[in-house]
Amino acid sequence: METSFALTGKGYVIIAADTTAARSIVKMKVDADKIKVLSPHLLMSYSGEPGDTIQFAEYVERNIRLYQIRNLYALTPSAAASWIRRSLAESLRSRNPYAVNLLVGGYDTTSHQPHLYWIDYLGTMTEIPFGAHGYGSYFALSLLDRYHDPEASLEEGLSTLKRCINEVAKRLVVSPDRYTVKVVDKDGVREVEL
Amino acid sequence: MNSLAEKYSTTSPLSKLRKAQQLAEDEELSDAMWGSSAGFGSLAKGIPSFTVAPVPDPAAFLRLHTDDHADPNCRIKIQHGTTTLAFRYKGGVIVAVDSRATAGSYVASGTVKKVIEINPYLLGTMAGGAADCQYWETYLGMHCRLHELRNRERISVSAASKYLSNLVYSYKGMGLSMGTMICGWDKTGPCIFYVDSDGTRLKGDLFSVGSGSTFAYGVLDQGYHWDLTDEEAQELGRRSIYAAGHRDAFSGNTCNLYHVKQDGWHFIGNYDLSKLHYEGPNNVAGQGYGYDVRTEGRTSANPPPAATATA
Repeated sequence: METSFALTGKGYVIIAADTTAARSIVKMKVDADKIKVLSPHLLMSYSGEPGDTIQFAEYVERNIRLYQIRNLYALTPSAAASWIRRSLAESLRSRNPYAVNLLVGGYDTTSHQPHLYWIDYLGTMTEIPFGAHGYGSYFALSLLDRYHDPEASLEEGLSTLKRCINEVAKRLVVSPDRYTVKVVDKDGVREVEL
Repeated sequence: MNSLAEKYSTTSPLSKLRKAQQLAEDEELSDAMWGSSAGFGSLAKGIPSFTVAPVPDPAAFLRLHTDDHADPNCRIKIQHGTTTLAFRYKGGVIVAVDSRATAGSYVASGTVKKVIEINPYLLGTMAGGAADCQYWETYLGMHCRLHELRNRERISVSAASKYLSNLVYSYKGMGLSMGTMICGWDKTGPCIFYVDSDGTRLKGDLFSVGSGSTFAYGVLDQGYHWDLTDEEAQELGRRSIYAAGHRDAFSGNTCNLYHVKQDGWHFIGNYDLSKLHYEGPNNVAGQGYGYDVRTEGRTSANPPPAATATA
């Protein structure tokens, strides 16, 4: 089952998403990247209904880029997340809504703050210090309640993420085996190896 | 003359009152007379009917409170949501449980004893049907005592759990619902067996059962190792139940903690989960397990760069 985690730390957000694209009981692809880089300081992981996910993510990606081209500056993470949420909420009230769950993480260069937003396919949005989607959340949330530290260094943050991944690998029957991990901080976005 | 007219009139206020009284009396036909034709039967009052829940779809409402997706013949079940856990370490066995009983979305009780004290050396935990667990584990206690009298030695945890597992297996498919951990100390040392109503019986070091088990596992697995001290082990049990009580809507209220040592089980305490959230086990404000209590005053914001601040 699809699983994604995200957590904030001192000046950064880490987002991790599993790399499998499954159809029925078959893994169709084992190295899918389900985290989009929306702008120099903005990341978005997406999971949910196959087809909807990619369509919606690309729609968001292009629109955020368009805003930047038109205005010569990027949206802040909170503004971007609000726009994304509204897009989902409007889609929900259409004939064919997108069934997509998102984690939007970014670094606000104006206030020097990392921000993380949890958004589900119903258009629920909440700002959180850590979050998860999918079956992994049943194991990771209690763990993060216990171990997450808002002032953790990047190394500490990544080791907390590893705890989550190991816990899910240990207890979830159909656990993913690989994850893409991306970090956003004051220097921008980069992918990291665990 | 006037009073006579009133007596037979059908429209006067007095007669209306009389009619209303008569109607009310008829309603109070006792249950014992139901269907009795000696009392002219209840058909005189129309077709008899059952009282149903005053909701738009009574069947759906009732389904919420039963196990009928698993077994359509099942009666009302409570105690569906639960968190129970037990683990073995060098100092014995820790058993920790929550105390919430739910019937559908209704919190039926917040003070349930989910640890069943089978005898001074054996504990059983309760998840699934409360009555099933309570009855059969007490029954198990009876047979453990008989074993003692017949064989002049205490029953092993393995044998006791096998007795229970064989018993519930003989009722398989008849609607029993239990997920229990039989914990104790015998000749072989500390011991835990997981037994459920499917007939599964598993020996292990660490188990958690119930709707909150995933949340408990999340904390338990990460803090667990064999060489825990007694204090660390008890703290881990409490924290894991707290985590489940915090994240799972069907678990909560309080945590009951037991420690099984060589000389049998000891009751450590009953902890209010809200208190654990804010004050921790020692009732010190600010030492709670809660995320916002634990991380108060800490921020992930970067300080603005010094260069721009001074410029």
